Amino acid sequence: MQMYEEQKSSCPVKVPVECRFSPYTDNGGTTLAIAGDDFCVIAGDTRQSEGYSINSRYAPKVYQLSNGSVLATGGMYADGVTLVKMIEQRLEWYRHAHDKQMSSGALAQMLSTILYHKRMFPYYVWNTLGGLDEDGKGAVYSYDPVGSYEKQKWNCSGSAGHLIQPFLDNQIGFTHQKEKAPLTLERVVQVTKDAFTSATERDIYTGDNLEMFLVTQNGIEKTRVELKKD
Amino acid sequence: MAMKGKNCVAIAADRRFGVQLMTLSTDFQKIFEINPRTYIGLPGLATDVQTLSELFRFKTNLYKLREERDISPKTFSHMVSSTLYEKRFGNYFCEPVIAGIEKDGSPYICSMDLLGCINHAKDFVVSGTASSQMYGTAEGLWEPELEPEELFETIAQAMMSAVDRDASSGWGVIVHVITQDGVMTKTLKARMD
Repeated sequence: MQMYEEQKSSCPVKVPVECRFSPYTDNGGTTLAIAGDDFCVIAGDTRQSEGYSINSRYAPKVYQLSNGSVLATGGMYADGVTLVKMIEQRLEWYRHAHDKQMSSGALAQMLSTILYHKRMFPYYVWNTLGGLDEDGKGAVYSYDPVGSYEKQKWNCSGSAGHLIQPFLDNQIGFTHQKEKAPLTLERVVQVTKDAFTSATERDIYTGDNLEMFLVTQNGIEKTRVELKKD
Repeated sequence: MAMKGKNCVAIAADRRFGVQLMTLSTDFQKIFEINPRTYIGLPGLATDVQTLSELFRFKTNLYKLREERDISPKTFSHMVSSTLYEKRFGNYFCEPVIAGIEKDGSPYICSMDLLGCINHAKDFVVSGTASSQMYGTAEGLWEPELEPEELFETIAQAMMSAVDRDASSGWGVIVHVITQDGVMTKTLKARMD
């Protein structure tokens, strides 16, 4: 009895070819937000990386939204762009339905819901939302990719988040210090610049430019500072 | 973590000893005096920390008997490097940091990987589980030509803020500031959790 069927043709044996597609990529970058008494600073670097290569030296990941809040998106750039598009659409619907702008607190909750709706195929984005609340006080909300969020005074996330967050605890939170300097807008801007120039020295995914949004009662001011390009 | 100052150096470490999430001791010594002008910090596997500290004590004692002088920080760091590389294929799990004052009064700091590759720095060196946090704080707080008191404050703040953001570090900080005149040692209470 023949146990095995013999090969009849001289053609190479057909083997199944495995194709794989990864829907996620990490584009690096660092985002930061600090809330003051009557202002809020939201910042992020503008480098877009993939592994060891730099895709762009100016690809902003901090967005000014139509309701006067500012959203910083770290992680995957394409998901960040899409997410902002979804948020803008919802903001417009809200305006048409209620004839007013969405408050930053409402937006914070909505963003959490939007993210959790994609719980099983999440947007690969670490969000930080900054703005002024209904009383005109600075507000910062930070998120994980599936929408768990927290209101904070200061936050830094992204590739240099580990480096900058303890520095902010020290310079904004004054941990282990007796004297606490008043938190002026000028000081917050200076600390932000120092944090990013320091992070640029040690993190390869942070650099090129620093884009800052200064949110006050008088409106939003956008500034850009050059960082090291290496 | 070790930092350079003006004619002085500082070396600091936390005091926790634990296995992953379980804290076993809160007064663990990681920094060892080699001589009054040379200190070594040994973060890593606790058994190797203690083996190495005893080995370096033995080696530097022999050095002193043979040469009738204290070993300089630079010579000592090369001794450490060779000791680690000797065990290239069965290494100690320890990444040392060395700080000291040279004979001419110049500050000396260096760090090493677990095989003994030396890293010299003009400003500061870090090692251990909170290294990325320490890079961030030290890069932001350090400036050149610090006096001993300023250097103490800088390294203490950098260290405390960094270990507060690392679950595997903490339970107080010990700082040694080494100058030509002597060593100032302070134990700091930080967040004890």
